[in-house]
Amino acid sequence: MRPRWARGDAVSTGVPVRRPSDGGASAATVPSAAQRDVQSAAARLRRRRRLHDLTVRAASVCGVLIIWEVGARGISPLLFAPPSRIIAAGAQMVASGELWPYLGLSFRVAAIGMLLGMIVGIASGVLIARVRLLDLSLEPFVIALYSTPMVALIPLVVIWAGFGDGGKIVVIFLFAVFPILLNTYQGVHGVDARLLEVARSFRTTERALWGDVILPSALPFIVAGLRLAVGRALIGMVIADLYTSVSGIGYLIVRYAQNLQIDRLLVPVVILSITGVALVQGLRWLETRIAPWQFAGRDD
Amino acid sequence: MTRPKIQVESACRMFVGGTVSAFEGLSFDVYDNEILCLVGPSGCGKTTLLRCIDGLVPLSAGRILLDGAAVTGPPPRMAMVFQHFGLFPWKTVEANIAYGLRFANVPRPEAASRVARALRLVGLDAFGPAYPYQLSGGMQQRVGLARALAIDPDVLLMDEPFAALDAQTREILQEEMLRILEQERKTIVFVTHSIDEALLLGDRVIVLTHRPGRVRETVTVPYGRPRSLEAMRADPAFGALRARVWNLLRPEIQ
Repeated sequence: MRPRWARGDAVSTGVPVRRPSDGGASAATVPSAAQRDVQSAAARLRRRRRLHDLTVRAASVCGVLIIWEVGARGISPLLFAPPSRIIAAGAQMVASGELWPYLGLSFRVAAIGMLLGMIVGIASGVLIARVRLLDLSLEPFVIALYSTPMVALIPLVVIWAGFGDGGKIVVIFLFAVFPILLNTYQGVHGVDARLLEVARSFRTTERALWGDVILPSALPFIVAGLRLAVGRALIGMVIADLYTSVSGIGYLIVRYAQNLQIDRLLVPVVILSITGVALVQGLRWLETRIAPWQFAGRDD
Repeated sequence: MTRPKIQVESACRMFVGGTVSAFEGLSFDVYDNEILCLVGPSGCGKTTLLRCIDGLVPLSAGRILLDGAAVTGPPPRMAMVFQHFGLFPWKTVEANIAYGLRFANVPRPEAASRVARALRLVGLDAFGPAYPYQLSGGMQQRVGLARALAIDPDVLLMDEPFAALDAQTREILQEEMLRILEQERKTIVFVTHSIDEALLLGDRVIVLTHRPGRVRETVTVPYGRPRSLEAMRADPAFGALRARVWNLLRPEIQ
């Protein structure tokens, strides 16, 4: 995915994107007819390439769906289901109103866990990166916990926080918090020392340093951390639904599995993967928007 | 003779945690409104010296005086232009230029007019709302220069400001800088590793020795202002001057 500004439409925002030679910076902002021709040819080329990429992707999705459809028709419905039956089952579940309450339950808990992970992850990431004492004393633990498979802690979480929503929130929180914390830490820690010196040279105050330098340079890292955390939070959500009290999406999956209604079983699964793709792509898009300079010059 | 603008007195700076000094027993003066160029082999502490003058790094021994008072932190009427440009990629060109004004207690309306003036001065009027990554290297360094000029400093410290640029862009920016400085006289300490650049821009050139950096010799550049770089390059006397500086510098390069 290339960011929006790279597709040549930044001109419409009034920002001159062309790079005139240094000799005549002010005179060169009005493009000549020849330059306009070159620009529109380049824009056409970009459009064509984008169309090509999009076609390949769409064709690949269609191809897989067709193979799935044809292949699954030969398999017993007790073992597998083709996309058409999953869609039909989904429509029935929506019509009967049984889908949303269960999904809503799980997603609400996931959102709370993710939000807590965000708050705690960003705050402690910033603190650990900026306070040397915390950095030295906590880093080994953070890395150890990040490397620990959180599934192993679920029985302990249940003992502490119970089978209910509280336990689920803690599980999702544990899944989500570490990628956010580590990325925030790296973002704040990795602030360009040269820019900090520039700021000091211009007599910055300690407080202004945060808004001018530290947070803007850490922000892309934080969003990347959120992107990683979203995927993990969804995994945590399903695991929590299956391993604490069986409810929400987990309950749907378990119940349909026991009834061997594979088409219905796959409905929440498909919804989960679509949600995951949408959230991850959305955050990826956000990354290119908040830090376009990191993606600059790829075309040159 | 009036008091020099900047006095560097027996300055010494050790490398962090080491026993080796970047420069040692270094003394020279910088006079009001002159362009003083420092040339020397790499590793003679030119950049470190500039950071010490700006109060970013403390000296290990000796002292640096600005208008007779010791420099202890970045002085308000001193601005630095960095080799790496040092622009904030998340700020627009305008916001980058306005950056220093925020800490100089300049009221907002005046800050806006100063930014506009600085943009015009470096020929980037149309690029205020652009972001640095949308500009070429030469244009980015113009922004760096505009940001320094916007706070209306008495002293401009320039740390190999054109070293990261290609040869043609460098020549154009050298001429631009001279043109701008005809309008705004400043005291300038200009660090470079290019003998040509030092002689073309400077009123005086100090040649530094290899580590630990000391003053090897001070060369006065016998050209007045305004200067034409083309005419200077064509002058046979310029070639002789350049050979002289090169002979001073050569034994220091290892």
